[in-house]
Amino acid sequence: MNSKFLVYMLKRLGMALLTIFLVIAITFFVMHAIPASPFSSEKAKSDAVIKALEIKYGFDKPLGVQFMNYLWGVLHFDFGLSTAWVGFTVSGLIVNAFGYSASIGFSAALIAIILGVLFGCLAALNRGRWPDKIIQVVTTALVSMPSFVVATLLLLTFSYVWKVLPSMGTQPGGMVMPILSLSLYPMAYITRLQRSSMLDVLSADYIRTARAKGVKSSKVIYKHALKNALTPVITYAGPMMAYILTGSMVVENIFSVPGLGRLFTNSMLRTDYMMIMGVTIFLAAMIILMNFLSDVLYKVMDPRIDLA
Amino acid sequence: MQNEKIPFKNPFSLQVDPELFKPATEEEKAQQIQTRESVSFMKDALRRLGHNRIAMACIVVILLIALIAFIVPEFYPYTYTKQDVSAKYLAPFHYSAKEQAKIDKGVSIFPHIMGTDALGRDYAIRVIYGTRISLLVGIFSALIVILVGIIYGSISGYFGGRVDNIMMRIVDIIYALPDVLIVILLSVAIKDIVSTSKNVLITKLGAGMVSIFIVFGLLYWVGMARQVRGQILSIKEQEYVLASRSIGASAARIIRKHMIPNCVSVIIIVAAMQIPSAIFTESFLSFLGLGVSIPMPSLGSLASDARAGLNSYPFLLIYPAMSIFMIVLSFNLLGNGLRDAFDPKLRS
Repeated sequence: MNSKFLVYMLKRLGMALLTIFLVIAITFFVMHAIPASPFSSEKAKSDAVIKALEIKYGFDKPLGVQFMNYLWGVLHFDFGLSTAWVGFTVSGLIVNAFGYSASIGFSAALIAIILGVLFGCLAALNRGRWPDKIIQVVTTALVSMPSFVVATLLLLTFSYVWKVLPSMGTQPGGMVMPILSLSLYPMAYITRLQRSSMLDVLSADYIRTARAKGVKSSKVIYKHALKNALTPVITYAGPMMAYILTGSMVVENIFSVPGLGRLFTNSMLRTDYMMIMGVTIFLAAMIILMNFLSDVLYKVMDPRIDLA
Repeated sequence: MQNEKIPFKNPFSLQVDPELFKPATEEEKAQQIQTRESVSFMKDALRRLGHNRIAMACIVVILLIALIAFIVPEFYPYTYTKQDVSAKYLAPFHYSAKEQAKIDKGVSIFPHIMGTDALGRDYAIRVIYGTRISLLVGIFSALIVILVGIIYGSISGYFGGRVDNIMMRIVDIIYALPDVLIVILLSVAIKDIVSTSKNVLITKLGAGMVSIFIVFGLLYWVGMARQVRGQILSIKEQEYVLASRSIGASAARIIRKHMIPNCVSVIIIVAAMQIPSAIFTESFLSFLGLGVSIPMPSLGSLASDARAGLNSYPFLLIYPAMSIFMIVLSFNLLGNGLRDAFDPKLRS
């Protein structure tokens, strides 16, 4: 790697870290702007108890000190104690739930990328013919459906009407529908992205040159076209991560998967501010890091891009 | 064949065909006059849009949905809050025992076109109100994005240099913030404030809606600002802008008269793409219970409520799901049509 690339990477990394810091600050100050104490909504407690609790959780100190303490904690992956799940740390609960979300999200992303690229190429190579038309119609329909519509419709068809898949995510085979419902939207999006970038590349001069000098058609497509057409898909990695993480809030609730999304919505219902802050920061950091990685990967894959 | 009949002509011969040099008749003169008037970019784009049958169909569908959503509630016999415990979970076009007894007596009762929900509320009017919320969110968020994005982008692009640098760094940072998470965070945070607010409008809208609008105003305009800035940067170098500046036009005038009209296509395309994403976000929040306040329905909260009786009453899910699908699909396809019409370079 040359030094220009290194500088670019460091700049992007600095930017990503700054964004994570901003998210922490926004999260912290927004949650602390709420007038109600996190303990007032629970069962009626005496003032003395609330005061003792506030001292225990460190809510009695000045805001600046609290923020510095919180920041220091976050650096050590310590998001404090949960107020709704007494006796649990926020980071412990996050780690527990993360396994489920990660396995669903990873499978969904993998399916979306593989099938998306495949269908995208299929559509581009058959431009204007029936495979292209079918793929266009289906993907247009899929990107017009919110995750909760896809998930509930899948639940309705496969669990209630056909009774072939369990409605709970924890039952055997129960992960199929959560994965499917999370992968459909990104898959459709990647298909469209791949189709248009493949069409772009196929009309490029170097493809014509390759064909003219008699390179085999399959080699032209896989070696020359596909490799270059893949780069736009990489830039979608960040937004896809954001979609899958937020989509998991809906999907995990519908299919009762004890993952991060469900933990997040539960902590909203129970107004557990420490949990809400912790999960928000954790999810945001993952999205931002994914954006950073896809940015860097993009530059590695396509050296022609100007490192501005 | 005809060529053979024409005799060979010396290339240097001065002999010409006098037929070619006769004065033109009036009729021929009339043909030469340019009857085609000059077509402005806007007109041309609208003409192209008019030829796009899918886009036109989408406009019709959107107008139809909007018409239903805003006019039907005015004279619909049921309200979205009226509960009737004796009419729980009625299938479409069915009547409860009480209503049936009235009908037998000869009283005409308006049918429940989409049945009723778990509390015996007429479902059709709830779906219509939900649709209305979705449309309002889509349109208002587009307006916010247009307003903030244009102002920010045009200032940044016009002044360039250090101003542009700083403004674009801010945009970069905002762009990197995970917007949906911030919407969720804000709606959790302002839930308390909204529920105790004296302002009727705010309490009626609910925490989710208020926070969506705040976040759109704060975060979502960055895409628009970037596009507008890019466009302005290139227009700025054009000769007519230089000419305008040389005769002493102010910055505001140049932005208003030259820059913005030339940015219209970009603005329209970005705004059209913004609407579906706003509708998605609102329904997503309402599904999680953070959107509109109860009892105001939204397509997301209707779908969420429908989960309870999904096995026995699937129609409670199908109607809001179909409704949101139709709205988003129409806006998506219209957005594609607008992009094709206003940006011919992008046509695939």
